[in-house]
Amino acid sequence: MTGKAQFVMDDEGHIQGYLRPDGRKGIRNVTLVIYLVECAHHVARAIVTKCDDPSVHLIGFPGCYPNSYAFQMLSRLATHPNVGGAVLLSLGCEGFDRAKLMEDIIASGRPAEKLVIQELGGTRATIEAGIAAVARVKARVETAPRAVMAVSELVVGTICGGSDGTSGITANPAVGRCFDQLIDAGATCIFEETGELIGCEQIMAERAITPQLGQEIEAAVAKAAAYYTILGYGSFAPGNADGGLSTQEEKSLGAYSKSGRSPISGLIKPGDIPPSSGLYLMDVVPDGEVRFGFPNISDNAEIVEMIASGCHLILFTTGRGSVVGSAISPVIKICANPETYDRMAEDMDVNAGRILRQQASLDAVGDEIFDWTRKVASGTQSASEAMGHQEFILTYKSFDAVGPACLPRANRV
Amino acid sequence: MDSANAADHAFLLLDSSDNILICTCSVSAGTIVSFEGAAVRLRDDIGLGHKVARFALAAGDKVYRYGFPIGTMIHAVERGGHVHHHNLASDYIAAHGRDASSAGNEP
Repeated sequence: MTGKAQFVMDDEGHIQGYLRPDGRKGIRNVTLVIYLVECAHHVARAIVTKCDDPSVHLIGFPGCYPNSYAFQMLSRLATHPNVGGAVLLSLGCEGFDRAKLMEDIIASGRPAEKLVIQELGGTRATIEAGIAAVARVKARVETAPRAVMAVSELVVGTICGGSDGTSGITANPAVGRCFDQLIDAGATCIFEETGELIGCEQIMAERAITPQLGQEIEAAVAKAAAYYTILGYGSFAPGNADGGLSTQEEKSLGAYSKSGRSPISGLIKPGDIPPSSGLYLMDVVPDGEVRFGFPNISDNAEIVEMIASGCHLILFTTGRGSVVGSAISPVIKICANPETYDRMAEDMDVNAGRILRQQASLDAVGDEIFDWTRKVASGTQSASEAMGHQEFILTYKSFDAVGPACLPRANRV
Repeated sequence: MDSANAADHAFLLLDSSDNILICTCSVSAGTIVSFEGAAVRLRDDIGLGHKVARFALAAGDKVYRYGFPIGTMIHAVERGGHVHHHNLASDYIAAHGRDASSAGNEP
């Protein structure tokens, strides 16, 4: 029972958000510097480093070949409610459609500038121009009006990383309790990684709000199983086994408990914005033949997909001890394993391992995560955020749009 | 809490239909623990989060955790024995280790 995660809520669940021109509200006011190919990465990073401002975040896409998934992801991220404006960094010859990205950002009512290294005369000139561009954009970002934001306006995602045999009995079901509370309060929650739900497809389908959605969920998990089978193995890291997990389906059942007990309102793909409140499953496994390798090469690839679908913050459960945060949206760490917590307490926000030492109940830890969610939404920095974690990764993928059976609520008015 | 009591509380039954127990604090080989009234001497070190057999299990037995199947035993294990990837296999898809020479060879 350390005092770290203990606090008294000093509000009535109201959050001071940032009102965006599209009516959505954010919980942070980020200025993005976005590189559009790896060749512009150094220049973009140098600009961010020299700005030395924790609200200026670096994201980007390394590939030179165009990819509609990567485009949609960067477009959604640049117009995310936590983002106030952006500066784009292009080398000049890459395949990324920088003009369309600029259009999307400007159309959202946000300030944006575009710098092309080949036109500006190289590295040094572009870094100088970029620092000035960030200053101009940020000056406008800082004028964003504040607005009271209810818990019902939050979009919250969850992920587990570095899972072990404790994850499924402490942190994950505690997040499930928090998800139930958030959904009862009218919020939108997203859980994901169909490849880590292999073995749970039937029990998950039974929670779908329509039988047709249930069939879509089962099909999405079958697609994930087929995809991972071609790759040769599932979403299972050596550390999972060190921590006591033996099989994919054992890991899956533990991961599944993060979703809580609410009905599943829809199946979305990365970048789709949920059409209503409730619980959504994100299908992160690409459609079609296996083309670009593993669906998500590490945890941050999943985090960024949930952020692209509008998540204001992410609840991250870990048994072995992950330290990552994210660009754009804060990441709250819920540690499942009490031995890990003892070793890495500074990196953790909530110690769910107390459940195993009979020091707290699942419900109490669920309440604590709910309180942390509101506190971080209100501006308190999470542990990873305070330590400067702003990881970001984006790779090639390809998706087909979801069918109407995946979003039953979108069809009703 | 003395060590005997600690060991007695070290194994958690998650669902009444489960045939494995979850270790909630690391226990050394040789420790005698109480499983539902019976004294069992552990043959292996069991780490936090790992599983032991609630009953003797035979090859071919399904293993249940949370009341749901998590795979099939490929070797028998005695009561209290470590249940892990050396004797339990997925019914869906193989896990992988840290051997870079065999891992990640995509088609």
